[in-house]
Amino acid sequence: MPQNSVIVSHIGKRYRIGAAPASYRTFRETLIDTFTKPKKRLHGKMTDANSFWALKDISFNVEKGMALGIVGRNGAGKSTLLKILSRVTEPTVGSATISGRVGSLLEVGTGFHPELTGRENIYLNGAILGMKHEEISRKMDEIIAFSEVEEFIDTPVKRYSSGMYLRLAFAVSAHLEPEILVIDEVLAVGDAEFQRKCLGKMSDVADQGRTVLFVSHNMSAILRLTQETIVLEKGKLVMQAPSAEAVDYYLSHGFSQEGFRVWTPDEIPAEAAPFVPVAIRILNDQGNISDTVRSTQPIHIEFEYQLEEAITGLRVGIYLISVRGEFIFTSFDVDDSKRFEEFSVRDKGTYISRCTIPADFLNEGRFVLGVNASTFKIKRYFHDEQALVFHVDGTGAPGTQWPEPRTGLIRPRLSWEIEAKN
Amino acid sequence: MNVINEPETSKTIIQPSKGWKIVDLKELIRSRELIFFMTWRDLKVRYKQTVLGVAWAIIQPVMTMVVFSIFFGGLARVPSDGIPYPLFSLAGLLPWQLFENSLRNASRSLVTNRNMITKIYFPRVVLPLSSVLACIVDFFVAVPILIFMMIYYHYSPNIYLLLIPFYILLTIITSFGVALWFSAMDVLYRDIGYIIPFICQLWMYLTPIAYGSGMISNPKLQFIYNLNPMVGVVNGFRSSLLGVYNTVPIQSIVFSSVISILILISGLVYFRRMEKQFADLI
Repeated sequence: MPQNSVIVSHIGKRYRIGAAPASYRTFRETLIDTFTKPKKRLHGKMTDANSFWALKDISFNVEKGMALGIVGRNGAGKSTLLKILSRVTEPTVGSATISGRVGSLLEVGTGFHPELTGRENIYLNGAILGMKHEEISRKMDEIIAFSEVEEFIDTPVKRYSSGMYLRLAFAVSAHLEPEILVIDEVLAVGDAEFQRKCLGKMSDVADQGRTVLFVSHNMSAILRLTQETIVLEKGKLVMQAPSAEAVDYYLSHGFSQEGFRVWTPDEIPAEAAPFVPVAIRILNDQGNISDTVRSTQPIHIEFEYQLEEAITGLRVGIYLISVRGEFIFTSFDVDDSKRFEEFSVRDKGTYISRCTIPADFLNEGRFVLGVNASTFKIKRYFHDEQALVFHVDGTGAPGTQWPEPRTGLIRPRLSWEIEAKN
Repeated sequence: MNVINEPETSKTIIQPSKGWKIVDLKELIRSRELIFFMTWRDLKVRYKQTVLGVAWAIIQPVMTMVVFSIFFGGLARVPSDGIPYPLFSLAGLLPWQLFENSLRNASRSLVTNRNMITKIYFPRVVLPLSSVLACIVDFFVAVPILIFMMIYYHYSPNIYLLLIPFYILLTIITSFGVALWFSAMDVLYRDIGYIIPFICQLWMYLTPIAYGSGMISNPKLQFIYNLNPMVGVVNGFRSSLLGVYNTVPIQSIVFSSVISILILISGLVYFRRMEKQFADLI
């Protein structure tokens, strides 16, 4: 009988509303509450009105040596689940049994201190991750080689570029050799080469018979790396199945099908402030909101958002992604340098950024739209790689006289010439 | 967090914790390497990008000694139990600054390291503990200046010098115990960060640093005064170092120890009670 390395039974996690990570209470508030609302103290009972269940009654098992994918939209509880399994936070109810050392890549670079050198940070970070001193010394050369920062290993990491910092941080985590590896979207950061390396390391880990729990929005990575996947929706586990089946279910059920998407407050992470995404809409050339647009017509995209405070250097953009998770393009509203100067500071207020995907560009099929609001190298306010799914209908597109599927994500109308050479 | 960890199978059970318990000391011992590295990080980083570097560990008590000697010793003529005032105040300031610095740093340690707490599991008590340990090093860096002052004023310790490690230990226990309370409260109430400087200042004036405890003569007042474990520690440290004692002050030792240990145990319990919420609330 196969051994389970993770057994999760009936786990639930309740958060107090208003006790979100970013907010904290002051004595004065507590003092005032003590007198005005004597029953509602800080340690008072949580009620349905002042709390919500981030996770409800989650049960699943992971066999030893299996890679399990965890998918779900923003706010579905994926990160909370990983935090409970890596013991950062406690469940409100239920229990989990974990056999073996858990290493998590939730925390690449946790405890890194900018004033310490690369080598010193390897020791420190290794100790934080639970490695023994002797173990770190033994793997030191390997870690340094993997990180590709040999030359700067005795330089304080505050002088590192963000890429070097990330590579070093990942290198330490990757050499932890835990029995159970928990990964949360490390792939969202770093350049393509680094992502390739991370994925490679992860498949190594999976091949060595270790258990992997992998949270990602990247469906192709999920399909490639995991055998089974669980789908979370609003804190509930809605499916556990072989990955292909679960991804298909997720893609066809997990999204809004109406051609627009509105973000609810619980889907917006606290770090997004002062950026508040409101809605994204897909419009056909007639100006109607629609989830199906024609390949032969321009596709209009509107992203509406609020700024609670002015932001300098903000860029708001979209990703177009295939349902297999491949990025087709990324585009920002201030890609034009003149416009970037014009909108160098965006004041408080509500905005709509609009763009048009030209006609005769996309192939037929299903596409995913993602959004990103960030300032270059400073802060990523908000990003959702699955804001919306839409369909492209290929009627009339080049080559549709032959009723056969065309491979490729785009289907541009190229100008062909045929020259007879005789 | 209620975790049962058996080394052979290394099976971890995660479930909601209940009731009042003290911090898991076995787990803390297993984390000794982490404690070492965090202490080392604190030390390594503390004087980075300063011109005078570790000399600050000496300058701080010496400057305070100079100020005290001018205002309390010189102008106000505060009685100093017959010891030259600069030596008297420095012998009090060293244990006091060990106490105050560890209290301040350790009390803020959770909030300062909040990115670690929200991302990874480790025994949370490592943070205040390593802050306290890092301050001990500063203390020992400053000790030679006190020895120099003793030579200058021709004071030499007697056999009761052997009590000094005990007083240092008591200082650490007390500051760590108080810091456990404050650091856990700091997660919920950032007001703690503003209150600590006042508490430290007030506490210093309630401890015989700038004046001799002989000034308090009313027996009732004396009893309340002695509830402050730092009174026994500072008096003891100074007297044993400067060779004032000719018997072991059993009563004061027992009294200070009992109070310090009560503070420590209550701190360990309170910290344990609160630590499960740290990642959610910080």
